Amino acid sequence: MFRLLKQVFISIPIGMFTVFKQLFRKPTTVKYPFVKSKMMPRYRGLHFLERYEDGTERCVCCGLCAASCPADAIYMEPAENERGERYARVYEINELRCIFCGFCQEACPEEAIFLGKEYEFADDERDKFTYSKDDLLVKWPREKPSPIKFLRPRRRVHWEEETGRVDLVEDSQE
Amino acid sequence: MLEFAVITAIKSLVVITVLLMACAWSTYLERKLVAFFQTRIGPAVAGPYGLLQPIADMFKLLFKEDIVPGQAHKTIYLLAPLLAFIPAVIPIAVVPFGDTITLFGREIDLVISDFNLGILLVFAITSLGVYGLMMAGWASNSKYSLLGGLRSAAQMISYEIGLGLSVIGVLLLGGTVSLVEIVEQQDSILNWFVIRQPVGFLLYIVCAIAETNRIPFDLPEAEAELVAGYHTEYSSMRFGLFFVGEYANMLTVSAIATTLFFGGWQGPFLPPIVWFCIKVFAFMFFYIWLRASLPRLRYDQLMKFGWYVIIPLALANILVTAAIALL
Repeated sequence: MFRLLKQVFISIPIGMFTVFKQLFRKPTTVKYPFVKSKMMPRYRGLHFLERYEDGTERCVCCGLCAASCPADAIYMEPAENERGERYARVYEINELRCIFCGFCQEACPEEAIFLGKEYEFADDERDKFTYSKDDLLVKWPREKPSPIKFLRPRRRVHWEEETGRVDLVEDSQE
Repeated sequence: MLEFAVITAIKSLVVITVLLMACAWSTYLERKLVAFFQTRIGPAVAGPYGLLQPIADMFKLLFKEDIVPGQAHKTIYLLAPLLAFIPAVIPIAVVPFGDTITLFGREIDLVISDFNLGILLVFAITSLGVYGLMMAGWASNSKYSLLGGLRSAAQMISYEIGLGLSVIGVLLLGGTVSLVEIVEQQDSILNWFVIRQPVGFLLYIVCAIAETNRIPFDLPEAEAELVAGYHTEYSSMRFGLFFVGEYANMLTVSAIATTLFFGGWQGPFLPPIVWFCIKVFAFMFFYIWLRASLPRLRYDQLMKFGWYVIIPLALANILVTAAIALL
């Protein structure tokens, strides 16, 4: 009985007063579709495939991203272009399987794939989430400057005939 | 005679419309206030400050499919929401919400029916509400609904006793059962029955919360255990009827608490109707505040509290009050 009295006349009023004080606090809600909260600089969102400064694709279809992908979300088929360079004829990412871990970005030796800040790509069919090269490659000419600040410039295989030495040379040094 | 009938009909129409509007917007009030208590902002998109949210909700409910489960007892299943809703609205008929006013040269009492057994009518009608919930629980043919219905039956019957007993103190002191006369007796704040009957008031509030199935006594629809209790299987506007019925119940119980304990429409400066609305609103605020604060009781705790604490206390209160009234 004493415990009950204590609960009714002390504990509950204290608790209710504590709740009442919350009434005057500033709401923490972000009105999402109208106001967007600031993204963290390392947020990992939708992938995109980068291009060189002359517009050719960086991806050489080495398959390291697909190999490193823990969710098995990447599929690619290689081909060669007229200059004898390898490129990805087909490059697909299943964004429903993807867990946005960023391993593909880590694994890429060509700095071709990055995880962007885009997170609003909801859709109404599962099939629409298999993003192909058309969706992933950055538009050319660029609509806005690349979010990646430092991209390695294009390199060529340089073969010195006299010595037989093979080297990777940046475009500008040629 | 005809004039009386017409005036009563108009009064009923106005009061029911206002009550239904109040039900709709008290859902908004609840969502908004609970949001503020939780440092959220609540509905804010439909209309300014989300004020049109109840209308949007209503349209949504109306356009949803009205599902009847295959194994349900169809007649009872379809009737139950009405039976839960109507008893919640009727008691407002005897609640006075203002003094006599003169309109178009006629004296109009601001109460639909000055019935001399008002409080008895209120209890008689509200106790019918439990049938709606029980029928809904049984007819749905779902275990959650059935459990919710059983719980509501046990809980509402237990707490109805407490509710009835807690009011008797007021009736003893007032010497009348008519709500109009009870209000007229509480002409100053010292004559309010909440001052003269504090224990009765506390008991009434606790029982009223249990009667309307509100947190912390919302066991019939305990969402963590029973999905949604007796209205688990309901959809569309039938669910809406249960929902509106619950709010109508809250408003009715608040209005009766105002009438019995807080002087009804009596108050200085402002017109009587405004005072009545302010007091009912204060009760609604209290309801919502409780909802934001308290956790749900366990079922055995609820029953124990009802039978071991509320009813003995109410009886003791009656004894003491009767002795004082006699002296």
